[in-house]
Amino acid sequence: MAENRVVSNSAMVVIGGSTGSIDVLLNLLPALRSPLPFALVIVLHRKSTSDTSLADLFALKTSLPLHDVEDKDVILPGHIYLAPADYHLLIEHDGTFSLDDSEKINYSRPSIDVTFESAADVYGPALTGILLSGANADGTAGLKAIQQAGGLTIVQRPDTAQVAYMPQQAILNTRPDYVLDVVGMVRLLER
Amino acid sequence: MIEEEEVTLLLSDLLELYGYDFTQYARASIKRRVNRLLTLDKFPSFAELRYRVRNDADYLKRFVEELTVNVTEMFRDPSFYRALRKEVLPALTAKPFIRVWHAGCSTGEEVFSMAILLKEANLLHKSLLYATDLNPEVLEVARKGIFALAPMRQYSENYVLSGGTADFSSYYTAQYDYVKFNEELTRKMVFSTHNLVSDRSFNEFDLILCRNVLIYFDKTLQDRVLTLFDESLGMLSFLGLGSKETLRFSSIRQKYKQVGSEKIWRKIE
Repeated sequence: MAENRVVSNSAMVVIGGSTGSIDVLLNLLPALRSPLPFALVIVLHRKSTSDTSLADLFALKTSLPLHDVEDKDVILPGHIYLAPADYHLLIEHDGTFSLDDSEKINYSRPSIDVTFESAADVYGPALTGILLSGANADGTAGLKAIQQAGGLTIVQRPDTAQVAYMPQQAILNTRPDYVLDVVGMVRLLER
Repeated sequence: MIEEEEVTLLLSDLLELYGYDFTQYARASIKRRVNRLLTLDKFPSFAELRYRVRNDADYLKRFVEELTVNVTEMFRDPSFYRALRKEVLPALTAKPFIRVWHAGCSTGEEVFSMAILLKEANLLHKSLLYATDLNPEVLEVARKGIFALAPMRQYSENYVLSGGTADFSSYYTAQYDYVKFNEELTRKMVFSTHNLVSDRSFNEFDLILCRNVLIYFDKTLQDRVLTLFDESLGMLSFLGLGSKETLRFSSIRQKYKQVGSEKIWRKIE
């Protein structure tokens, strides 16, 4: 455990989730204060047709600039980026996003593992990964990669998750720095 | 996981020994593809993978095929095809002859979709669809016009969402697990290898479609390819890209005006 480490030292925070994670984000987003010192990237498993509606939903909960990522968008601190449906979202060393429509990973596109691993590669210790509720093991390998690269890892407390499987898998297979409920996550993000 | 320098080594091998140039592909994506093959083909180390690529011609073929992504579907993003029907084809109707280029067409599903659109607009008889890809294997699939039966239900839904009103199954004949599309469609198609990294423009077109190909390139290569497209488009011609691709970062953007909210641009100067 790295209790003394704070999220605000990160250059990027990546949040991954599946079933039951939208509610968590609707509670987390209003707690983020402007200016946000890091870029926030959100990777959710979702239906391919729901692109704009999800961005619209989240935009109601934050005054921070929020974008559905397009290919080669530049990553800026203080901005929130949403992985588009049906593409894997990757991070390039030049601080831009790239998209990839290759095979699904863990039955998912976007896959949380893909973005976590790619972000770990670029940001190393300057990355925080947060894994939320879900019914799929996606995200566990990605959290491992973040940890190996020296980044900070946070997992939603399974008993507070709508679907416990995803955070449980992560806790079983990695040793996250923090296991928190939503209130705990809000507090940590505010620190 | 392999290191950045190892990716660089492998890509320079491919270029120096075989002339395949992936050096300007989006690095994060190509690195993931290499790592995927390292795991999939059970190489104990990067050195073994590199040795195999350098010395085994059969494996090289597989490697290059797997490095590129060949995901496609018919009427992909139906709203895009709806815009082609409503905004683009009516503007081409008066032309004596219509040339369409599908750049990076993969196994050809979108070429067949386009041919169906042209037929329904009563334009197919005076159209020619040029379909190109880097990879001769996928072109061979496209040329035959034979596809798996399983995804046809999804394609039929896409077709209806794109504004199609005919019976989609009237465009093909099903046999066992495959369907063969009508020759009326394939007769208007020309298939050929073309490498967007190194080859030049080969004609002037009224519409170029290049969907989810540019996402695999870095910005410099994207700009090269978009310039190549610009040189291949006449005034008032159209360019269609993938749903998350954009002209925003390109030097040709001033000459183009986006058509509605879809990823379709028209050359205006």
